[in-house]
Amino acid sequence: MIYRENGQFKTSYAADQQIFPIAQDRWAVLAIVAFAFVGIPFLVDEYLFRAILIPFLILALAALGVNLLVGYCGQITLGAGAFMAVGAYAAYNFLIRIDGMPMLAAILLGGFVAAVVGIVFGIPSLRVRGLYLAMATLAAQFFWDWAFLRISWFTNNAPSGSVSVSNLELLGWSIDAPIEKYLFCLGLLALFALLAKNMTRSAMGRQWMAIRDMDVAAEVIGIRPMFAKLSAFAVSSFYLGVAGALWGFVHLGSWEPAAFSIDRSFQLLFMVIIGGMGSIMGSFFGAAFIVVLPIFLNQFLPWLGGLVGLHISTAGVSHAEFMIFGALIVFFLIVEPHGIARLWSTGKEKLRLWPFPH
Amino acid sequence: MKTRKLMMAAALAALLSVPAIAAEQFFPVLVYRTGAYAPNGTPWANGYVDYLKLVNAKGGINGVKITFEECEFGYATDRGVECYERLKGKSGGATLVQPLSTGVTFALTEKASVDKIPLITAGYGRSESANGAVFTWNFPLLGTYWVGADVAIQHIAKKEGGFDKLKGKKIALVYHDSPYGKEPIPLLQERAKMHGFDVMLLPVAHPGVEQKATWLQIRQNKPDYVLLWGWGVMNSTSLKEAQATGYPRDKMYGIWWAGAEPDVKDVGEGAKGYNAMTLQHGAEPNAKVVKDTLAMVHAKGQGTGPKEEVGSVLYMRGVLSAMLGVEGVRKAQERYGKGKTMTGEQVRWGLENLNLDQKTLDGMGFAGVMRPVQTSCLDHMGSSWVRVHTWDGAKWNFSSDWYQADDKVIRPMVMLASGKYAEEKKLKPRTPEECKQ
Repeated sequence: MIYRENGQFKTSYAADQQIFPIAQDRWAVLAIVAFAFVGIPFLVDEYLFRAILIPFLILALAALGVNLLVGYCGQITLGAGAFMAVGAYAAYNFLIRIDGMPMLAAILLGGFVAAVVGIVFGIPSLRVRGLYLAMATLAAQFFWDWAFLRISWFTNNAPSGSVSVSNLELLGWSIDAPIEKYLFCLGLLALFALLAKNMTRSAMGRQWMAIRDMDVAAEVIGIRPMFAKLSAFAVSSFYLGVAGALWGFVHLGSWEPAAFSIDRSFQLLFMVIIGGMGSIMGSFFGAAFIVVLPIFLNQFLPWLGGLVGLHISTAGVSHAEFMIFGALIVFFLIVEPHGIARLWSTGKEKLRLWPFPH
Repeated sequence: MKTRKLMMAAALAALLSVPAIAAEQFFPVLVYRTGAYAPNGTPWANGYVDYLKLVNAKGGINGVKITFEECEFGYATDRGVECYERLKGKSGGATLVQPLSTGVTFALTEKASVDKIPLITAGYGRSESANGAVFTWNFPLLGTYWVGADVAIQHIAKKEGGFDKLKGKKIALVYHDSPYGKEPIPLLQERAKMHGFDVMLLPVAHPGVEQKATWLQIRQNKPDYVLLWGWGVMNSTSLKEAQATGYPRDKMYGIWWAGAEPDVKDVGEGAKGYNAMTLQHGAEPNAKVVKDTLAMVHAKGQGTGPKEEVGSVLYMRGVLSAMLGVEGVRKAQERYGKGKTMTGEQVRWGLENLNLDQKTLDGMGFAGVMRPVQTSCLDHMGSSWVRVHTWDGAKWNFSSDWYQADDKVIRPMVMLASGKYAEEKKLKPRTPEECKQ
């Protein structure tokens, strides 16, 4: 009843082509973003900031990057963790090796280096696809894992191979408190999400989707596969690189290559598959599902056990967490193979017809 | 009327007789009972928790009851940080934190100083954090990996008949490729320069089940000794590979992480003769503290984990870690008020002024288990005693006398590395005057 576009007439192309054509959507999203910026800082405690919200924001950004490549361009990748690592280590090296390098510039430069690396490792996509491409990107994962462990130049010859960054500063604003870190990540994420959304609506995004849906047909209508595929790799890796730099700089503060292991790559791929391939919104759903749910289960199960007077051991909780989490993934994939984002849009569709479905 | 007065009097009496709410001290317990490293993490966690229960059974720390909560992180750094954040504010605030993971230690080093929570890394963590002037909240009590590596070289030199005999020898380091495994490298290189032996570095990727190539290199190069900085399943794999390549096990020396029952049990007879550096203790089934735990905790059905594992190497490591934390609190109470709950800052003072002499230790049931520990504001390590123990196919036996790491080698390295850290982080090291406060 409330969610209906009756009476909203579009009188210009601009109005017709905007991101959220329905006024209610527009206002709701604006309200959510405003709430995230203004409301949440007043409501949330340090634990939520540091343990849940900041990792969620950063991994949502990474999932966005993977979604551009996997969801929009149809190029499957298992090297997402490697591109994050490249971003993180490149940003670290820019920051410590160049005097007076601003932190934000280092992070963005880390993203650019990741983009270049992404293009190089994307070259096989011109010849192979599907599972074979997954293998090629897997090579990126192992190669960079190896490089950051073995080549001590990347870690500034740190004896333990672990690097750390501190005293984050942005134009005189020192980012120390969790709330500042949160706002910094949120600002970057909002910016990059808007950029991603617009990219997918632009000529480039349409090329990606054409390639995804049928690359031969796309080529026939004049799309250059090389440009389309490599640009998708570059943009996706840029996002991943920035996310990786944030993960190292803002979330962990000090890290080792294990922070960007193959597990991270799988995690990001699962986020995209569960959240919804080819959907910006889906990246957020996926990230929330994968980041928040295990932690929630880990705390909810002992509480639930306590209600019925049952004491579950720490290991038991952890095992149960894995099982329930796995079962939920299977459940979602069976109920809605297109991800939570599709569930969301089906819900919206139903709402528009309510209360008179036909 | 009379009855009412009587009832009121009774109510008042009841109210007065209720004891004041007892002070409590909260210990967060970060554990990994699942995942690839669970065989090592579980006994540690059992020992840690059992000791806290034992202290409570004995009446707490001067009457202050210990409360604790476990948080499982599966040795994943990001989950470990999440656990820390979850527990640090609970029940009036965490007293101290013991992460049992080098990765988490690195990640928490900066957070702990902001939250003012001491970070105890008994026998692990970053070696340069022994310098309390720079690492004000880190406590690598009972020695670091540098201590372990230093004693390994001393022990080898003794076997060879002097440091001068080390010249031209080849010593291989088979290590877990992570900050943990890389920690001893600077010290070995320093010692190699001093005595003229060669160090061969052989990294093994996590989790360490694939070591064929590593041991092929060992077969080709025939190092005189192999140091094993392994972890979890990697240790037993190394020993099996050594058996397969025919490398003598009695020329192999592990660090304490590679010197517990889970590491050698699977290999059994095959690991006979294999040695490990214990930072203080080994398997101590006969120690008084173990008997107390069995009698006062396990006998009452409150034990954590199986009874048979009480007193095993990593269980004892958990017990010692908990004991050091508890003693830090006890020391802090001496200054800030007995029977009160201590804050993180007060506990730090306690840990910095820890002085456990042999008599105190013996009194607590640690006779024969460990040697005295004395910390100061500048020295957060407190002790560098090491013994070597050897697996005889069924159990660990001590095979050497007590060693002490050479301060002349380690101290300059600690100062150099911590100075570099302070410079990078723009920290001002504490001066002796600040220490007195």
